[in-house]
Amino acid sequence: MMENLLPLCYMLAAAGFILAIKWMNSPATARRGVIAGELGMLLAVVGTLLRFEVVDYTWIMIAFFLGSAIGVPLAYLMPMTAVPQRTAISHAFGALASALIGTAEYYRHTPHGFTMLALVLETLLGFLTFTASLMAFGKLQEILPTRPITYKGQNIVNLMLFVTAVGLGIALIFSPETTWLFPIFAGLSLLFGVSLIIPIGGADMPTVIALLNSYAGLSASAMGFALDNKLLIIAGALDGSSGLILAIIMCKAMNRSFANVLFGAFGQVQTSSGKIEARPVRSASPEEAAEMLDAARSVIVIPGYGMAVAQAQHKLRELFDVLTKRGIDVRFAIHPVAGRMPGHMNVLLAEADVPYDKLIEMDEINPEFPMADVALVIGANDVVNPAAKNVKDSPIAGMPILEAYRARTVMVIKRSMSAGFAGIDNELYYMDNTLMLFGDAKVFVGSIVKELNANK
Amino acid sequence: MKSYEFGLYVFMLAAFLGFELIRRVSPLLHTPLMSLTNAISAISVVGAILITGEKDATVLTRTLGFIAVLAATINVVSGYLITDRMLKMFKKRDPKTGDAGRK
Repeated sequence: MMENLLPLCYMLAAAGFILAIKWMNSPATARRGVIAGELGMLLAVVGTLLRFEVVDYTWIMIAFFLGSAIGVPLAYLMPMTAVPQRTAISHAFGALASALIGTAEYYRHTPHGFTMLALVLETLLGFLTFTASLMAFGKLQEILPTRPITYKGQNIVNLMLFVTAVGLGIALIFSPETTWLFPIFAGLSLLFGVSLIIPIGGADMPTVIALLNSYAGLSASAMGFALDNKLLIIAGALDGSSGLILAIIMCKAMNRSFANVLFGAFGQVQTSSGKIEARPVRSASPEEAAEMLDAARSVIVIPGYGMAVAQAQHKLRELFDVLTKRGIDVRFAIHPVAGRMPGHMNVLLAEADVPYDKLIEMDEINPEFPMADVALVIGANDVVNPAAKNVKDSPIAGMPILEAYRARTVMVIKRSMSAGFAGIDNELYYMDNTLMLFGDAKVFVGSIVKELNANK
Repeated sequence: MKSYEFGLYVFMLAAFLGFELIRRVSPLLHTPLMSLTNAISAISVVGAILITGEKDATVLTRTLGFIAVLAATINVVSGYLITDRMLKMFKKRDPKTGDAGRK
């Protein structure tokens, strides 16, 4: 009886996963999608537990219990600003799981032929994604320096590492019995994961996280081939394509290629060559800023990673409320790579109760800037830098930007005049219609709100 | 048809389906999408259960399997819960009160 029920369980689970992703297309149906995904997972796990091959439940139950005891607080206590880190660490867990299963499977059954090929792929991707995600986590959590770490000949060293690991993998496919090769293969994969992420800087994290998401999925899919399990193949493929699409979107939003993100060590080269010259800027006080906002009819806010760092999203929502009550149209312009992961700004602003229909994508909001009275830039820099359009040899040339400079007045809240991640000076700051608001984003927005409330 | 050949077809179709579905996901929800797919790919828990619960598992395979079940369970549990927690925050403006449905 179980033999007939199990394929049915797996099939329904696959359907649940597909529906889960389908329903993510709109916030209205998305929570239904989570339930579909949960049901799918439940079916798959229960079905597997009932398989005749599974006889010993002790360790499985202990792991379930421990995993839930760790997972539940991880989900509920994690502050929303730490979501990129959480995502990175969960990629690490997922990749570790599939790498270890591959390893166990190898020592247990020493498979041959196609199964071994799948197993080698699974463990290679699993181990390298594990350490790479840990490194990404370290950079996002700022345990490790967020600036790229580079040295001479780095790309050659990385390439050699990768080629050797793949070479050993191929050797293992042809003679799976040479068991002493396996630990070296695993070790090199782990090492490659580390060396892959070291030269990548903080602002490239959206792409990297998406890519690691894809790798973790592909590793699970390869496991599906190794275990001859179609459900794993499907779920892994869905995850793999999801990560890949997000990575492509991120790359397009920076006008860069994968290779450039992974091997380009962006942001390192520029710091030394940038000419430092003091140019005059116009600055303004919270009072003046409040006055201008009060006189505006349409305001577009451009949040960036700096908003997340300053935790300014709640104050920003207060500003949104005050201005909206006065009949001023306030919208938020979201650049695809703003923040440290895809969709980062949206989640933070949604957490602060900004209605999501006010969060507008780049292509939709750009034509609106000439009609806007004020463009308020908070903690964003490179994504509003006109050099991307005007300066041909700029490192960010060709990157699509939010055209804040076309607004009647531009206000930029910024701590100081230091350059952005890419280390390039921003023309926007020196324009005649730009006002620099120097200070901490949270404090500054707070003072503007206070000012607006005072003169009702 | 050999089993792996069949598997490759399944993979190809699932990948195309994934591309089509994910292209339609609003950029608004890219972060929850990522944590959702992450929870889904923790389906590797299936493989981990098989390894850990096997009749004559060795100490090595059982230990590796145990860690794998643990890691995958953390992802399943925290992945789905945090996705739901994030999605709960996405609210539309209430047309009557002009309020974003705050409690």
